[in-house]
Amino acid sequence: METAEASSNLKKIQVQRFKPESDPDETYLTEETGIWSWLTTVDHKKIGIMYLASITFFFFIGGLMALLLRTELWTPAKTFIEANTYNQLFTLHGSIMIFLFLVPSVPAALGNFILPMQLGAKDVAFPRLNLLSYYLYLAGAGIAVFAILNGGIDTGWTFYTPYSTSTGGAVTTMTFGVFVIGFSSILTGVNFITTIHKMRAPGLTWDKLPLFCWGLYATSIIQILATPVLAITLALVAMERILGIGIFDPALGGDPVLYQHFFWFYSHPAVYIMIVPGFGVVSEVITTFSRKHIFGYWAIALSSLAIAFIGFLVWGHHMFVSGQAALASMVFSFLTFLVGIPTGIKMFNWTATLYKGSIDLKSPLLYIFGFFFLFLVGGLTGIVLASIALDVHLHDTYYVVAHFHFVMVGGMVMAFLAGLHYWWPKITGKMYNEILAKIACAIIFIGFNVTFLPQFVMGSQGMPRRYFNYIEQFQPFHQVSTIGSYILGFGFVMVFYYLVKSIFRGEKAPANPWGSRSLEWQVASPPPLHNFHHTPVIVNGPYDYHKPMDEFQLGLAESGNGHGHESDAELHTDGKSIEAE
Amino acid sequence: MANHSSSTSHSRFLQHHFVDAEQQFDAAKMGMWIFLVTEILFFGGLFAAYIVYRMLYPELFSMAAEELNVLWGTVNTVVLIGSSLTVAMAIKSAQKNQVKNIAINLGITLLLACIFMVIKYFEWEHKFHLGIFPGEAYSFEGIDHPKASIFFSLYYLMTGLHGIHVLIGMGLMIWLLKRSLQGDFNSEYYTPVEITGLYWHLVDIIWIFLYPLFYLIH
Repeated sequence: METAEASSNLKKIQVQRFKPESDPDETYLTEETGIWSWLTTVDHKKIGIMYLASITFFFFIGGLMALLLRTELWTPAKTFIEANTYNQLFTLHGSIMIFLFLVPSVPAALGNFILPMQLGAKDVAFPRLNLLSYYLYLAGAGIAVFAILNGGIDTGWTFYTPYSTSTGGAVTTMTFGVFVIGFSSILTGVNFITTIHKMRAPGLTWDKLPLFCWGLYATSIIQILATPVLAITLALVAMERILGIGIFDPALGGDPVLYQHFFWFYSHPAVYIMIVPGFGVVSEVITTFSRKHIFGYWAIALSSLAIAFIGFLVWGHHMFVSGQAALASMVFSFLTFLVGIPTGIKMFNWTATLYKGSIDLKSPLLYIFGFFFLFLVGGLTGIVLASIALDVHLHDTYYVVAHFHFVMVGGMVMAFLAGLHYWWPKITGKMYNEILAKIACAIIFIGFNVTFLPQFVMGSQGMPRRYFNYIEQFQPFHQVSTIGSYILGFGFVMVFYYLVKSIFRGEKAPANPWGSRSLEWQVASPPPLHNFHHTPVIVNGPYDYHKPMDEFQLGLAESGNGHGHESDAELHTDGKSIEAE
Repeated sequence: MANHSSSTSHSRFLQHHFVDAEQQFDAAKMGMWIFLVTEILFFGGLFAAYIVYRMLYPELFSMAAEELNVLWGTVNTVVLIGSSLTVAMAIKSAQKNQVKNIAINLGITLLLACIFMVIKYFEWEHKFHLGIFPGEAYSFEGIDHPKASIFFSLYYLMTGLHGIHVLIGMGLMIWLLKRSLQGDFNSEYYTPVEITGLYWHLVDIIWIFLYPLFYLIH
């Protein structure tokens, strides 16, 4: 292993400081232009941007469906859409938001762009596979759209049997679409793990790996271990519909509960696919804007892996009322409580990082503060739901809906927005309007709480999820929630507006507007085509804010072949010679 | 560790973002190993289903397995293990720079894979003839068990998915054969042979589990 070899093999190598250009002439955006160069690019940055554009599109489609659903719920009976349409809408809202937005949001969009730069690499390990993964994502999305137009689906995003194997509509096509998207997700996971293992710059040992990379590493592990199980499960549902194989059909000797086991074996870890990369973003943003070393580096890094591990052992908490054995329920309940430990470790370490930091309350950090509050509520209500006795009452109510929206939207979308704002100057080379960003953050925060806090109350009073009609006592809650969803929607449109506007009218961004020590900020904004004109050499950790900036902009002094053991320390250009590993 | 700048390696297959051929080879190999993990999980779902239904209907499994032909199953096992050997020999030939032997060994591997699929075809063919279809279409009367179709559903699913993997492997072998005849591979560069070999061993190993689970349980 490299690290072992490195520690026994300290060699002096020549380094020199490479100050990033402030206003680069050639960037990845200006070299290789034209639509064809985008469609056939293997550049991780362009692929990241194509992902970003696609997930934004699907986020607004899914969001529009959410607004239609909320509007329909304004009155207890039918407001303006049919019950069947309503069922299809909530299915699509869930499927689109999960498979087309949340799963690829941070890893495939932001991760693709940032990960190789944080590692000091020119690209991910398999650039063509990366492009293939994007096209598989698009193909899967296309198949899903085709399914919607050809019959639609009303099973909910969970495709529970026996309903999903007996209902009409285009369930088979939809499962095939999700299968293809899953394959795309697997390829991203394979690519990232290999990249993190094999593509790190000289000196970038595991203990200097940025926590965003650790987050993506843990996420990729979940992606490669869980997604294939979803793939085979959905293939079985499709075979059940096409051939009637009977694996999940009691009439033919099958067991529908087995479907739920299979499905949640993927889908519970999948919620960590959605949230763990967000944790990585939080660590990056929080250190940058408090100008302070992260508190408990290893605790945060390893707790991501711990969440990935425990996440595989808790799927049964979705099945407390599905007829699973009482003992199994108790074990799953206990294991679910355990997830709170690594998550709590993260929250405490982040808070400790802020303590006595020199806090600069820029918009990315503001989004992170929103994340803290909302994710805390989402996480703690998760503990409530993991308690068996309470869950029997709360199962399939709006309490569950509110819980996972607090985690997924309040947690992940806030973290995603924080990351987007944080890296936006690097990605586009432009600064957005900071005041509008802060206002939008406040609007989203308020809108979100107005939407989902009433749902906790409704849920605990027994309002079931997914219902088209409801009894009148819930109407005030539903109406407040609907108004909140409009505020929330407005907030997202506002973010879209000022970010897009900044591309055309924004001020030019300096290479390192936030004064971060992390490697991706030590090149020009936007970065050059191959990220670095030199081979970066890493001496300090990415959070060593107590050290001067010039120790973070180092690269190999001259172009040897880059192997440490071939260069010797001799004279060097700016009087600096370091011990590199 | 990974770094940049011009490389001393002269392979024309070295991609720009790798430092040298060694890094490229290591990355490709690791990527394939990770992909194989996903394959195991993919088949794992079916193996889990097998375990569940075998525990539910143990007597059915031992009755139904008698319908499978142990002789041909065994022949196929030998054929597939043999093909794993030849693909390993292709890699060894590449390492020893015996360029001609790479193509010969790949050719034999491809041939053995074909034999496997032909035997599989006749096995399935015979069952269809008896009315042993997967799922609802099942019309065989020879097994006195109300849930008899579930065994054969699993049989068709698992051997079918394995068969698809064999077909993909054959496609890869044809591609490798073509490239090796062009003289692309030698001891300096044989990454595609190596990682396809890894894939092929996985296909083989899955069969080694399928064979006793279906053919040898009665």
